[in-house]
Amino acid sequence: MKQRRSNRPFAVTAIVSIGALALTGCSSAASSESGDPQSFEGRGPITYVSSPDSSGAAQETIDAWNAEHPDEQVEWIELPLDADQQRQQMVQNAQLESDTYTVLNLDVVWTSEFAANRWIAPLPEDELPVAEMIPATVEAGTYADQLFAAPYYTDGALLYGRSDLLDAAGVQMPQTWDEMQAACDAVLALPEAEGMSCYAGQFDKNEGLTVNFSEAVTSAGGTLFTEDGQPSVDTPEALTALNFLVDGFESGMIPEKAITFQEEQGRQAFQSGDLVFLRNWPYIYNPLSAEDGSSEVAGKFEVAPIPGLESTGVSTLGGRNLAVSTFAENKATALDFIDFFVSREQEGQRLELSSRAPVYGEYFEDDDVVSSLPYLPTLLGSIESAQPRPKTVQYGQTTAAIQDAVYAAITGEQSPEDALAELQVLLTSQTASQ
Amino acid sequence: MTPPTAATAPKTSQPPELPPTDPRGHTADSPAPRGATPAPRRQDGKAAAFLLSPTLIVLALVIFYPLLSAVGQSLYSSDAGLDDQGFVVQGDVFVGLQNYAQIFAGPESARFYNALWNTTFFTVVSVALETVIGVMFALMMNRAFKGRAFLRAAVLVPWAIPTAVSGLLWRWMFQTDGIVNTLSGAQVLWTAEGMAAQVAVITAEVWKTAPFIGLLVLAGLQIIPEEVYEAAKLDGATAWQQFWSITLPLVKPALLVAVLFRLLDALRMFDLPFVLIGPRKESVETLSILAWDSANQLEYGMASAFAVVLVVYVAAIVYVFVRLLGADIFTSSDAATPRKRFRRAAADDAVVPPARQPGARTTTHEVKQP
Repeated sequence: MKQRRSNRPFAVTAIVSIGALALTGCSSAASSESGDPQSFEGRGPITYVSSPDSSGAAQETIDAWNAEHPDEQVEWIELPLDADQQRQQMVQNAQLESDTYTVLNLDVVWTSEFAANRWIAPLPEDELPVAEMIPATVEAGTYADQLFAAPYYTDGALLYGRSDLLDAAGVQMPQTWDEMQAACDAVLALPEAEGMSCYAGQFDKNEGLTVNFSEAVTSAGGTLFTEDGQPSVDTPEALTALNFLVDGFESGMIPEKAITFQEEQGRQAFQSGDLVFLRNWPYIYNPLSAEDGSSEVAGKFEVAPIPGLESTGVSTLGGRNLAVSTFAENKATALDFIDFFVSREQEGQRLELSSRAPVYGEYFEDDDVVSSLPYLPTLLGSIESAQPRPKTVQYGQTTAAIQDAVYAAITGEQSPEDALAELQVLLTSQTASQ
Repeated sequence: MTPPTAATAPKTSQPPELPPTDPRGHTADSPAPRGATPAPRRQDGKAAAFLLSPTLIVLALVIFYPLLSAVGQSLYSSDAGLDDQGFVVQGDVFVGLQNYAQIFAGPESARFYNALWNTTFFTVVSVALETVIGVMFALMMNRAFKGRAFLRAAVLVPWAIPTAVSGLLWRWMFQTDGIVNTLSGAQVLWTAEGMAAQVAVITAEVWKTAPFIGLLVLAGLQIIPEEVYEAAKLDGATAWQQFWSITLPLVKPALLVAVLFRLLDALRMFDLPFVLIGPRKESVETLSILAWDSANQLEYGMASAFAVVLVVYVAAIVYVFVRLLGADIFTSSDAATPRKRFRRAAADDAVVPPARQPGARTTTHEVKQP
């Protein structure tokens, strides 16, 4: 009887622990037999798998395709808005070797993981217009010298600055970190700049921190990984970059509260007039220029490439690519659809609806386009020199290790030297185990 | 499956279905045979088993299978390597208890013990606060006053909001220029690391779940007869004495159930620290977040091991809780200890006569009638 009694809690706890188990319930016994990866055969209906697109631009492209191809209809499978959940669903689909998903809309940092696991098929480069695209965006869709994903739209960092205050202080948008410090010193001495802070980026412990650190390192002349994929974070350049952030927090150039900033918190701070400079993506340009009274800085800001150590800094590349699932059917249709989707005509038509940056350089200099999206020329400069984030197969582990180290340094838990030395060891062991 | 022949079918299926009826064996089982009712009870049990079987099958599918599957999965590790072209050569390798060894003594152990501590710390502190505040809520709601219905409805609101949503609400309030900092006039970085983040999580957790305890306790309070308090007042008991000697003991069964449920819930805490503070923040990382994180890195073996450890830990805590405080939820009639059985029999005796009395009365009444 005692025996039986003591068993009951286990049964009940099993019920309530189901949530934890549900997280782990899927098997990972995926083998990677994909046959000949080069064969793009089969025509018929396919699916397009992506996050929701509130602008409606992608839907227009799909409608246009469907109107022309009655026998090869594209069905849109919408995934959750959260990028982690999108990735998880795509990975699960691949591990089950399901043919439900055909064309995958991948974040640029997922390319290596999906390609190395052979979850996506290498694309025939000569059948896609990649030669006319911005090289950095094509590079981001490439793994092991093969094109695995076609660039869809791209993204780069911009430095937003308060032009009204800079004019009042008689200084220009800065090109280097020192110039930024000097500009801040001049601006913050103005009476109208009271209570403001100098600079912020994305320093909360998430992907934004990896992006900001990676940009600081490349802007200081270093790289996180060498050409052949070995980590190189225990270098003078990386130390200079990390010290830029750590000293920034210590000296107050970066306000203390920026440690909690993701993209949106930074935008709010800049938009309500708390910051002189902000590093962010182009998407905040529209809310910042809103004339409906929601933005304190409408008409009072300008954009520039992010600053670096000795000259203009190097942005990290963002954006999305399209790839074909290895396990899908009707791959010939899928390839044609991608070709159609990323074509110059479609990119141009979508540009009117969505402010996402196209992957063709010419649009960035088109007068009509630039008059409605004035940041584009600056963004082109940012993107053309942009570096992809580390191309590692287990990007999740890499970015986690980077965030741990950088966060420990900027919160003062660890010295920058120790943080980088430990990060180097950790990344080396991760690389070795791959 | 080939259909069983007419000769074999009954042989295999009959014995369990038609067990020899043994009235004596049955009477030995039942604590206090009364009247003529015991005989059909065994068949009631069979009917009950039959009616319950779909539930049991569903339970087996959604609980025991995933549980066993997680235990099995936790013995494997995905052995991903790269070939010379840079492509993954993958296979699940049986590693035995190596995942568990890593958790308890390997490189993962520091993170694990930290998460174990956080989980325990959050559970103990938040459940203790919830209990005190919840009981206070219940005592307030139990008083008759104007606007009581409104208060009861209002108290329910936090419990009705999905945890992830309340996490977002609190994140919004706790951000650096949010309302919490504005009202307090201090610049506290609630959503960064450290003590402030823990305070933020506990605040949001207590806000959300104290009403749950409050409502369960309120249900318990409402069955305490008013006469008991009147008698206590006549004896000159203070309010505190009334609470300590009457309210608390009488409300204890309901309170223990409420606390146990909260304990189970808090030990699995995931969404609140995840949404409010963010993943992989050392000061608020719980065991559930660790399991999620491993699964997200596609290390399903490790994730399953974390989940299994969590299940065992939850079970152990609950077992200790039930043993120490004697919350009487898991004991059914036939598993009762002798003392409980005695109590139950006494209770039955107390209940049964009134139940039979109306019948007895009617018969006498009927007899009288003609």
